[in-house]
Amino acid sequence: MNARTVLTIAALTLREAARRKVLRSLAVMTVALLSLSAWGFYRLDAEFGGLTSGEARIASSVVLNLVMFGLSMIAALGTAFLAGPTMAGEMESGTALAILARPIRREAVLLGKWLGLVTFGSVFVALAGLTQLVIVWVTMGYWPPSPVVGLALLAGQTAVLLTVGLLLSTAISPMASGIVAVGLFGATWIAGVVGGLGDALGNESVARVGTVSRMILPTDGLWRGAMSSFQEPNLLSQFTEVRGQPFLSDDELTIPYLAWTAVWVALILGLAALSFRRRDL
Amino acid sequence: MTAGSTATRQLLDELPRSPAVWCSGLRKRYRRHTAVDDVSFTVGRGEVLGLLGPNGAGKTTVIKMLLGLVRPDAGDVLLLGRPARDPRARARVGYLPELFRYQPWLTAAEVMALHVRLAGVTVPDEERRECLATVGLADRAGDRVGGFSKGMQQRLGLAVALVARPELIVLDEPTSALDPIGRADVRDLLLSLKERQVAVLLNSHLIGEVERVCDRVVILDKGKVAASGTLAELLGQRELRLRLDGVGPEAEARLAAEGQLTRAGDDFTVALRDTAAVPDLVADLVGLGVRVHAVEPGRISLEERLLDILRAGSDHR
Repeated sequence: MNARTVLTIAALTLREAARRKVLRSLAVMTVALLSLSAWGFYRLDAEFGGLTSGEARIASSVVLNLVMFGLSMIAALGTAFLAGPTMAGEMESGTALAILARPIRREAVLLGKWLGLVTFGSVFVALAGLTQLVIVWVTMGYWPPSPVVGLALLAGQTAVLLTVGLLLSTAISPMASGIVAVGLFGATWIAGVVGGLGDALGNESVARVGTVSRMILPTDGLWRGAMSSFQEPNLLSQFTEVRGQPFLSDDELTIPYLAWTAVWVALILGLAALSFRRRDL
Repeated sequence: MTAGSTATRQLLDELPRSPAVWCSGLRKRYRRHTAVDDVSFTVGRGEVLGLLGPNGAGKTTVIKMLLGLVRPDAGDVLLLGRPARDPRARARVGYLPELFRYQPWLTAAEVMALHVRLAGVTVPDEERRECLATVGLADRAGDRVGGFSKGMQQRLGLAVALVARPELIVLDEPTSALDPIGRADVRDLLLSLKERQVAVLLNSHLIGEVERVCDRVVILDKGKVAASGTLAELLGQRELRLRLDGVGPEAEARLAAEGQLTRAGDDFTVALRDTAAVPDLVADLVGLGVRVHAVEPGRISLEERLLDILRAGSDHR
């Protein structure tokens, strides 16, 4: 494996992301979401000036997590729809032929694409997320307890999803791989919400739905960890009536879970490399 | 140590250079359809080899197997002396795919820079620009590939194949999108490559093109090598076209004795083994009471030969 090839392809992928229309649509969606949330937070503060401090903290935590969910959706959609075309699309159009006939290993190309996409997703999450946090701080005076961890987890969630997207795109068509990746993301999120409800109601078998789905696709686990780093600490222990709410989380992330996520990404990337290597062009 | 390795280097240099392409027993099946069946050939250093055959004969699949783009089910490939499993075997190989497409969001100059970097060589800016100029894209270097016509993209593909100082160039239908001027340009380019001792593997439908530039030809049909050889070997046969009347059975037997005979009305064609036999043949025919209107020696064109081989192949099955 040649580090130069990996970096060349990563730089190429970043350039592709910057020059294609995906970036523009991503920017438009993000700006729309951020301005909507700025307006919302501003109104929230103006209309409900009479909220008790506890209520205000719950409200801002919930709304912040809601908007962050929107951001993570945009990041997921954006990267999934970048990851698909960048592999499968190039194989379909013939662009990959000239590239892969060069003295390079296919694994290096795959890793380069992955690195480029992860960089792109992380920069996006960091920029958009930070802007959002500043908006909340200016309008509501709320600053989350561990913003860096939260944003890193969101970036991790994006990385997980685009790794799935890459694996799918080595086997199926570009559009299909994007759709399946986003579908999986949505399905695990819903499974997580169901599991959360199970937790709140004390129903173990329902709660297990969330746990199992979080192991199979770690996006939701990371998302819940990110939520708990954005929201007011000890919120859920103080207000037990909000348990099971989809935009609040009492799940602190464990180190083993993070380790599992890393192993999971490596496994999927390995599978993608295997599938890409065997692929006839 | 240094002296030893110098001696080894000298010894290696004195060895005959390995061929540009060597492949043996290549086989590929797609589900129940056999695309390539036991194909073997070599392309010598500095040699131009034409790969001919009808649609679906497996030419592109063979090329893709040589370049590691398709995994062969069986068979071995050496490129410039290295096993093709090793990506480094392709370090000095240029390739223009049949399905040529380059990143539409890059400029022509950026595509060239990308390929130079991936090939792991350093090619100065000046040389890259010259390469673009060779294919007639000098003034489009700064334009995005997305705005290029098909023909211009194919020209860019040629430049990409040429840019990393290759010792072997594989061209899969290099003129499919080009106008007549473009085709002439490609022919000149092939001749200049031949002069510079760059080996070329050329897959083309344009037989005239192949006939003019290729040293040797491999004809594929239904995944197998139907014929191969130098142009002289394949076309060595000469033919004699005659227009005669009053040809009796005896005269016809006399004609057939010279070589394979085909008759269309008064026109007779004999595939000659030896051109020196022509005067005797004519004298004998006159002696047999045949009236001779025209005698015209000719060379079998590659096209006719190709059609012969392919038709003979389909008759066998």
